[in-house]
Amino acid sequence: MFVRLSAAIAALSILGSPALAQGAKPTDPQIAHIAYTAGVIDIAAAKQAIEKAGNKDVKSFAQDMVRDHEAVNKQALDLVKKLKVTPEDNDTSKTLSKQASEKLTELAKLKGADYDKAYVANEVAYHKAVNGALETQLIPSASNAELKSLLQTGLKIFQGHQQHAEQVAAKLK
Amino acid sequence: MRPGRYLRAMAALLFGAIGVPAHAATIQITIDNLVFAPAEVSAKVGDTIEWINKDVLAHTATARNGDFDVTTPPKKTVTSVLKKAGSVEYYCRYHPNMKAVLTIAP
Repeated sequence: MFVRLSAAIAALSILGSPALAQGAKPTDPQIAHIAYTAGVIDIAAAKQAIEKAGNKDVKSFAQDMVRDHEAVNKQALDLVKKLKVTPEDNDTSKTLSKQASEKLTELAKLKGADYDKAYVANEVAYHKAVNGALETQLIPSASNAELKSLLQTGLKIFQGHQQHAEQVAAKLK
Repeated sequence: MRPGRYLRAMAALLFGAIGVPAHAATIQITIDNLVFAPAEVSAKVGDTIEWINKDVLAHTATARNGDFDVTTPPKKTVTSVLKKAGSVEYYCRYHPNMKAVLTIAP
């Protein structure tokens, strides 16, 4: 079965769409908000997986996601506090959150191995989309050096998550 | 003490009792910003590795051949003793894009 791309992933592609491309590159407060929201979304998905997953690799992958994304988001909060930047809600963050909650509802209806596969497939696709957005939009748009560097570290971490998710997905087949 | 005995005692000290590693060393490998450094390390069986994790994330140093699997909590240092010789590729199970090599002489 080909799992269709989550709507949240489509939202991330908004970053590359004319909406933002028309000279409206995201500002640092918006970038901080988008990056933080992307983390919150993955934590929520992982918490659902810790409850629902049957496979032990899937469950421990979900625990890794909660631990890492909470650690990264804490760093992000510490940084915005230090820089006295207030993360600013924006259309990308809003669309991301709305569509992620729709995805959670969709996943909630699945059970057993179907759920495990769908969750992991979504994790692969979601991290791929986030990494793409970081590489092509968020990192190049960030003007503060410390924010840029945190996003670069985030990219390395999430590339690791993507590979980890791919390995878990391969074992489920 | 006669000179001959002294020499034998010296020899025993120099060459060591059998079974005790001659020069067990402690080698530091740092994990910083998702990088193992140095990326290539030479060691000997019996040496201790000090895994210094500077990240706020948990990592592992997991041998591909199964020889070792060390978990390093955030901002902690963990030690492990090398037990088997070989050229071992290792990686982090949580972030498989982190890779390095440990060459362990017998």
